[in-house]
Amino acid sequence: MAKHRGRGVASVNYPIGMNLGGDPSQALVHATPTGKFVVALSSIDLGQGMKSVTRQLAAETLGVPVEDVFVDTADSDTGPHCMGSFASRGTHRAGNAVIAAAKEAKQVLLEVAAEELEVDPKDLELDGRGKVQVKGAPSRAISVRDVAQRAHFKRGKSISGRGMFLVPPSDVDPETGEMNPVTTYAHACMVAEVEVDDETGEVTVLSLKAAYEIGRALNVKLVEQQLVGGAWMGISHALYETPEPYYPDRAHGPIDFNEYLMPGPADMCPVQIDLLERPALDGPYGAKGIGEMCATPPIPAIANAIFDAVGVRITEMPFTPEKILKALDAKRGR
Amino acid sequence: MTKAVRLELNGSPVAAVAEGGENLLALLRERLGDTSPKAGCLQGTCGACTVLLDGEPVLACLTLAELADGRRVTTVRGLQDGPRLHPLQEAFMDGFAAQCGFCTPGMLIAAKALLDREPNPTREQVIEAIAGNVCRCTGYTPIVEAILDAARRLAGRRG
Ligand code: FES
Ligand code: FES
Repeated sequence: MAKHRGRGVASVNYPIGMNLGGDPSQALVHATPTGKFVVALSSIDLGQGMKSVTRQLAAETLGVPVEDVFVDTADSDTGPHCMGSFASRGTHRAGNAVIAAAKEAKQVLLEVAAEELEVDPKDLELDGRGKVQVKGAPSRAISVRDVAQRAHFKRGKSISGRGMFLVPPSDVDPETGEMNPVTTYAHACMVAEVEVDDETGEVTVLSLKAAYEIGRALNVKLVEQQLVGGAWMGISHALYETPEPYYPDRAHGPIDFNEYLMPGPADMCPVQIDLLERPALDGPYGAKGIGEMCATPPIPAIANAIFDAVGVRITEMPFTPEKILKALDAKRGR
Repeated sequence: MTKAVRLELNGSPVAAVAEGGENLLALLRERLGDTSPKAGCLQGTCGACTVLLDGEPVLACLTLAELADGRRVTTVRGLQDGPRLHPLQEAFMDGFAAQCGFCTPGMLIAAKALLDREPNPTREQVIEAIAGNVCRCTGYTPIVEAILDAARRLAGRRG
């Protein structure tokens, strides 16, 4: 009776977004009379950082400070259409729509500024700090606030833009059933180190080390946050969670947090993450998505590590002590 | 049977009428308008409703409202000092220790109770202090780190 250490590897190829009848997202951007910008969006922020990333994308594209951009995701009934925050699609799909809307709004902003400064809009640029200026002659400038005021009260113009991003429906090849559901994939490779107690069947995850290739990380802190949280979820899927522990027998399913097992803070292992940034051709500033794939690699990596440690293959989640002991018994011929 | 409950909420005297059997969470959220403690499970298993009662952490969903009569209640709204955030709040923000934020008020209050009692906690003590608080987003590590960071910040303030 002893504790055995093992190491397992998993690699993941993860599609960004989905495609049934096409996968669209829309965004609207407009300036208020004070020269702040509002992005209206139906892609909901549920903690993954959709609003932060939207602000960054809009500010970068418009050329204004990030503090001057506000995101309104108040109501998906009345907001611009979005398929939703799922399928790791938010940053990629909605992000592209935000960029398109911000570009159109910027064009109007430059046109109004050009009229005020009596120059060609092509000769203007934003300084990223709240001013529109003549290229090469920054002293000839007007504040974004003043441009917005003039647009609203003098020229009767709306500084606004519409953005749409659509991954069109992909036809199914009638011969092969083949289709092309997505336009870009993210990738990851993870190594899990575990210790398995062959007397109790208990598995302790000692560490998770991973490299994620996610296009461009638009906000490194948010990416890391999601990957660490996802690693915990992956451990939870691998070793703890199930609504039906004796499936297909439905009895003894957990009904609350007491019975529905998840790892607690003491069960969490160190997680080391390296990001590989290889910008996606059709991503917003090269970004892909990491939403769902953050929770998947720990599962096969831990399964492989258990096999490496004690030589049994558990093929059904979660990998409970009971299943491991049964498999060890079978292996020993008991 | 209704009962008048007078208590000190985050330093201010307040009063409300509670129904018999009403819990402190309902009193705070629905009668006193302090929605900072969250209703996660309403049965004592998630910690989202944690508040301080006379400085001790309790689950507001399992505490009878009338037990708070004449006592001090602290919610996460009472942590900051005017516009100045509490070091715990700063550390949670800087350490990206919240995602959806639903567990955060309970985590902050549980952590406050710990740091009040043990200003220089070990990692194990931090883990122990939040063992009754469920988080579904962060993987806990950033929360544990943020609490340790807050302890250092508080020590810095004390000088
Ligand atoms: S709401 Fe009180 S413990 Fe969950
Ligand atoms: S941040 Fe979402 S539950 Fe903790």
